[in-house]
Amino acid sequence: MVRVEFLGPIGKEPLDLDISNLNELSIILKDDESMSSWLQNSAIAVNDILVQDKNHPLKDGDKVSLLPPVCGG
Amino acid sequence: MEIKYLYYLLYVVGDLENLELFDGSLLVEKITNKWYDDFRLSNFGAIITFVGVVRDEDGIDGLSFDIYEPILNSWFNAWQEKAKVKGAIVLMAHSKGDVLNHTSSYIAGVCSPKRRVALELIDEFVEDFKASAPIWKYDIINGKREYALERSTAIKGAGILS
Repeated sequence: MVRVEFLGPIGKEPLDLDISNLNELSIILKDDESMSSWLQNSAIAVNDILVQDKNHPLKDGDKVSLLPPVCGG
Repeated sequence: MEIKYLYYLLYVVGDLENLELFDGSLLVEKITNKWYDDFRLSNFGAIITFVGVVRDEDGIDGLSFDIYEPILNSWFNAWQEKAKVKGAIVLMAHSKGDVLNHTSSYIAGVCSPKRRVALELIDEFVEDFKASAPIWKYDIINGKREYALERSTAIKGAGILS
């Protein structure tokens, strides 16, 4: 299982999904209306490392984080 | 092998001590005085601090912050490496949770042998912080938190799942 966490203001409970890459996650989240405004502006981290490849592979035990737009300070 | 690992741990922990997170408003004098006392004997000729203060505007009572610490730590450590190449170090303190108007939520610092490096580095460090550090800001209005989306910046590379 891959754990998917939604950080900051997204306010969605984590998901545990049986997926093998980020593309499969994209397909699942595109079907979720509550995520429609977040997918285009959220960065993605796998095991706390930012990634930019939609084909990034995922394996059992991985953690995926969605990071919406930031504003510290 | 074990000795190398011990040194590695000391090095990492040493960096993270320069990144401090606090619940609520920052005690600015305490933090900046400590930084000065910690580093004035290290032969840095320039110690620069930037203090961010919450302004009273648009009817807010203050700001509130969420922080994702694992990625903030790696972002900060990457900056520490960048500073090290120039013989400098970076420092940072930030609030978690609620910070009322006219108090501080953010302090950045740079110590370097000479002023030019410190002046340039504090600018780059603060700007990249605003664009990349995994911190989310909310306005506090009538006791409720409202995400400050219009003032926020998408992290570089955002949108790959869309």
